[in-house]
Amino acid sequence: MSKPNLRLSVRPLGGGCCAIDLFGEVTAFAENSLMDAYTQATGAGATTLLLNFSGLEYMNSSGIGLLVTLLIRANRHTPRQRLLAVGLSEHYRQIFELTRLNEAIGIYATEAEALAA
Amino acid sequence: MTEPAPNPAPRDAGQWARPVDKLNLSGVQAGGIRLNVEGRHLTGPIRGFGQMWQKTYWVRLPGAAAAPADVIAVWKAEFPNFWPKGNRFYGPLTGIRPGEVAVLNLAGPGGVTAPGDTPVIATGIMVIFADDVSFSFMTPEGHILAGLITFSAHTDEGATVAQVQALIRTMDPLYELMFRVGIGHKTEDDFWLATLRSLAARFGVNGLPQLRSALVDPRVQWSEAKNVWQNAAIRTGLYLPVALLKKVFRRA
Repeated sequence: MSKPNLRLSVRPLGGGCCAIDLFGEVTAFAENSLMDAYTQATGAGATTLLLNFSGLEYMNSSGIGLLVTLLIRANRHTPRQRLLAVGLSEHYRQIFELTRLNEAIGIYATEAEALAA
Repeated sequence: MTEPAPNPAPRDAGQWARPVDKLNLSGVQAGGIRLNVEGRHLTGPIRGFGQMWQKTYWVRLPGAAAAPADVIAVWKAEFPNFWPKGNRFYGPLTGIRPGEVAVLNLAGPGGVTAPGDTPVIATGIMVIFADDVSFSFMTPEGHILAGLITFSAHTDEGATVAQVQALIRTMDPLYELMFRVGIGHKTEDDFWLATLRSLAARFGVNGLPQLRSALVDPRVQWSEAKNVWQNAAIRTGLYLPVALLKKVFRRA
């Protein structure tokens, strides 16, 4: 089995918002690290989760599946959490559009725009 | 920190399909009942009605001298051959590549077909992703499942493992009812387990496929109940008398 090649950092932004910075590859092997980051952000009281994809280098369809399950976890959380995405390149924006993730995850160019939304 | 990634051509650039507004059948092999695909939108697990399941089916291929990339190359090239009897896949002329569309003619539960071995559900898929060790389909409106299905191979403890992973919701309340009473789940599970047995046999292995199911979201999405208007099983059922008459007149 391959090893995960994704590094994550969780940054509380205040006001119930937490950023999760992703650096590397989002594939099936990233499941544990992504869910750990989600748990950490939720433990810090996040009601808005801001996924920062500016360090994203590779994503396959299993990675999209991971984002869908993360979205469901956020939607099922009490209180319901908002999931936002920033730092997506045009290529990854198109993948969000293809898979219709853009209909469920708010996409913004910058953190400032996302926080203002 | 949040500026878009600077690399203009990421490594996965050629592996993804481009977004499409509606599906079209221009590059698909001739044949089959070509209903419920042309002009339909893609859906995916975000848009379905029913509970969301993640189903993983896999088979180990011990002793097969085939690396994961070899398994996927054969799986792509001979995809329809591994399907259970009564189900047909009219693939893209150019093979399984990102952006290509295929027509599916499916048997009903238990492999039931209409007279003349006519399939009872006509629908399709689009290939949204493909690389050397995996490929993925998404489904259009009307399909039984709104989902993402990924076919992959990897190495585990010295053996190549072939896997199908489906992240799915049923498309509408009628399909969901079929799944709630167990018929839908059994049909789906039997389908992919049989497919993996056939794939293993292709590599000379008497494989014993395994299944793991996880309920990701127990809730249904009532906002998607309207999908029933596009239900491919109903629409195919309405079309079947026409298809049967065509068959009769072709023979005459």
